[in-house]
Amino acid sequence: MELDRIEKLLEKYLEASTSVAEEKELRTYFSQESVPTHLEQYAPMFQYFSLAKEERFTKQVPLKTKKNYFRWMSVAAVAVLMFGLYFGNEYQKQKEAEYAYNETKKALSLLADNFSRGTEKVAYLNEFENTKQKIYNNN
Amino acid sequence: MKQSEFLNVVMPFKDKLYRMAKRLLVSKEEAEDATQEILMKLWSINESISEYKNVEAFAMTMTKNFCLDRLKSKQAGNLKLVHSNYSDGNASLQKQVEVKDSLSWVEKIMEELPEQQKMVLQLRDVEEYDFDEIGELLNMKPTAIRVTLSRARKTVREKLMQKHSYGIG
Repeated sequence: MELDRIEKLLEKYLEASTSVAEEKELRTYFSQESVPTHLEQYAPMFQYFSLAKEERFTKQVPLKTKKNYFRWMSVAAVAVLMFGLYFGNEYQKQKEAEYAYNETKKALSLLADNFSRGTEKVAYLNEFENTKQKIYNNN
Repeated sequence: MKQSEFLNVVMPFKDKLYRMAKRLLVSKEEAEDATQEILMKLWSINESISEYKNVEAFAMTMTKNFCLDRLKSKQAGNLKLVHSNYSDGNASLQKQVEVKDSLSWVEKIMEELPEQQKMVLQLRDVEEYDFDEIGELLNMKPTAIRVTLSRARKTVREKLMQKHSYGIG
């Protein structure tokens, strides 16, 4: 009676029209020791399925906040780098400006020097004027 | 979501993910890596995880896609394929010597099945999913699942019978 049912179930099983419950029934049936010889070939199949379900994932689940931390570290590092570049640039610019300012100042003072030398020479013209006045006064 | 809450959600099906990964990737280490990867991915989106009404199905789909990608990239890189073939052959040879057990035959027979059949068989006969769930995971119609499943079961049975008769003879 039961054997009959099992045989029918097996047929349905191979056509994939058994329900989950019926398949469970088959698995329990084949998990027992004594199985009629003509059905023996099915036993490993169902036993294997039961066995395969026992397999466990034994490794640790790696839930880290640590990696998150490192991710933020990298963001921070990039930010610092950017700041550095920006301000470094700014500093560089300031330096350049100062340098340019000093150069112009030098150039201008050179110019001013030459000008003042010019005016010194012109100052001698006063001498001429003075002498002229003296001569006038004497007359 | 807190870490403990997340673990409560994930723990019930993490073994299923691993078994699925192992079914597809065969190698234990690869499967472990894949499972870890998937769990880490899930953890990284844990803020939005409650939006999925079925986290298990979502995770299973992720695992499936991840493993298939893995296999594909392996096939693309010729060098790796050769290497993995080599090591896999080694492992199964060892197994052959170690366990002359009919149960390991079934495992090997399942390894030889096409991926689709492998997955359907795994989901149905090992994890006891119903057709709707399998359909959702694998993007298949119930009739297609039935055909694939039937084909897979028949192949396993036939090959098992062959081995069985060799064993006796």
